[in-house]
Amino acid sequence: MYGLGILNGFMVTLKNFIRRPFTISYPEQRAPQHPRFRGEEFTWYEERCTGCASCAKFCPLGIIRIVTHPSQETPAEGDSYAIDVFDIDIGRCMFCGLCVEACPYDALFMGSGFEEAKYRRQDLVISVERLRTAEKRPSTWYRPQLEAQNYDPRRGEPMTWQGAGREPWPYHLPLRPTTEEMTTDREAKP
Amino acid sequence: MPMRSEPVTVNVGPQHPSTHGVFRLRITFDGEVILDAEPVFGYLHRGSEKLAEERTYTQVITLTDRLDYVASMTNNQAYVLACEKLAGVQPPERGMYLRVIAAELQRIASHLMATGFLLNDLGAFATPLMYCFRERERILDLFEMLCGARITLSYMRVGGVFQDAPEEFWPALRIFLGEMPHYIDEYERLLSENEILVTRTKGVSVLTVDQALNGSVTGPVLRATGFPWDLRKVDPYEVYGRVKFDVPLGRAGDNYDRFKIRIDEMRQSLRIVEQCVEQIEPGPVRADVPALVRPPVGDAYSRIEGPKGELGFYLVSDGSVAPYRFKIRSPSFINLTVLRDMLIGWKLADMIVTLGSIDINMGEVDR
Repeated sequence: MYGLGILNGFMVTLKNFIRRPFTISYPEQRAPQHPRFRGEEFTWYEERCTGCASCAKFCPLGIIRIVTHPSQETPAEGDSYAIDVFDIDIGRCMFCGLCVEACPYDALFMGSGFEEAKYRRQDLVISVERLRTAEKRPSTWYRPQLEAQNYDPRRGEPMTWQGAGREPWPYHLPLRPTTEEMTTDREAKP
Repeated sequence: MPMRSEPVTVNVGPQHPSTHGVFRLRITFDGEVILDAEPVFGYLHRGSEKLAEERTYTQVITLTDRLDYVASMTNNQAYVLACEKLAGVQPPERGMYLRVIAAELQRIASHLMATGFLLNDLGAFATPLMYCFRERERILDLFEMLCGARITLSYMRVGGVFQDAPEEFWPALRIFLGEMPHYIDEYERLLSENEILVTRTKGVSVLTVDQALNGSVTGPVLRATGFPWDLRKVDPYEVYGRVKFDVPLGRAGDNYDRFKIRIDEMRQSLRIVEQCVEQIEPGPVRADVPALVRPPVGDAYSRIEGPKGELGFYLVSDGSVAPYRFKIRSPSFINLTVLRDMLIGWKLADMIVTLGSIDINMGEVDR
């Protein structure tokens, strides 16, 4: 019968008319966000960072700029290089996460935010001060140790650098082995 | 008294270059009937093939996300398969299963997009599109669990996937697999027998098998003509040899068959995902591949059955960390070349529907 298909279709739309809406009104309500979400405002732990610039090398766009200088004063913080500049140009970032994947010391994490609108382009460049002072809410993307703790960046406490690491890095011990100790160790082993 | 008339050439499109699909058709009309049609490409050209030559093999994965941006997963898959062929890497079992699950979910999402926009072009404004987007949203949620992104996924790596699926992925996937068939039934009830849709699409813009083969058309457009050609069957890659599924075929090769075949393929994709979920076993997801892949000198071509057709990547390596040549065989581009054959003799209103039924993606056409 002609028109039956249309009637059937109207039944479907009628059913959806009385169904609970599946949209949400965004600023008031928020969609649930998975802890692996790759978002802006990278979380960076200076204590874990050695300034090796692996992240800058692996960035497909080359938007990470790192300037370091040799520092022997802070062995407790675990690095022989101090970070002067750590700029991430969020305006050109595509949040692929390759920098996070490249980081061998688990110092860089994706963030979990997505509401970053600025009036000027230069405000989109994240500087090292901002990375230092920002609230540490790392995404669990490519960080299985955070997933093992069931860490959710949207809820719960900010993560400390000790908790975020895969393993306690030997360089973060309060006293670094001296050069003599290291050489004797090496000689002791055949 | 007969009116004196002469053909008129009209430009359909392009819109502003920053819109998502910039496509121009130069059509010669006699009244409303199309005499000639010439597609003009290139408005979205971004030079992906050249850009890839100065990026490492891992970094190129992010470029492939942006080719067909409604089916990033299958682009990733085709590219990493070509890389693995080039480098001689065998991904672990679990990695392959995860890839197939992700790729089939992406196929459903892409077909949902295609169906929704085809109906949108037909004049069923927004209602079927919103229904399709509702389910696509759930697939994107699953992708967010898997890889933290919704569109530009970058999920796969040379030698597997970057990380195992989180624990909450599997229950969510099971719920989705349980509910999705009902939603597909709903589309069928809403659309497949709708008299307006049938009248507008049945017998319109028929593509014969010969025309399709002559134009190297692949994917649902070819299968709608009745030619059984699915690379998952004829050239099984990854774990497609171990799962059972049918290849839906059309008969007439008209717009209705192209629409219907996508709905049927969604059901088959669900079947594949269900079997993969049963067969998948714990284990590593990524082969031991160095961060900087340096394949030996040589070349490799790898092809998969993407949602839109045969998606191939041709890679030439000179032994360095970046591909020497990176060539994309994109299905949208090749499927568009038969547009002229399909359009001649039909009217302007059918042109929009035919374009929607090919399911092109301009990001892939222009690269």
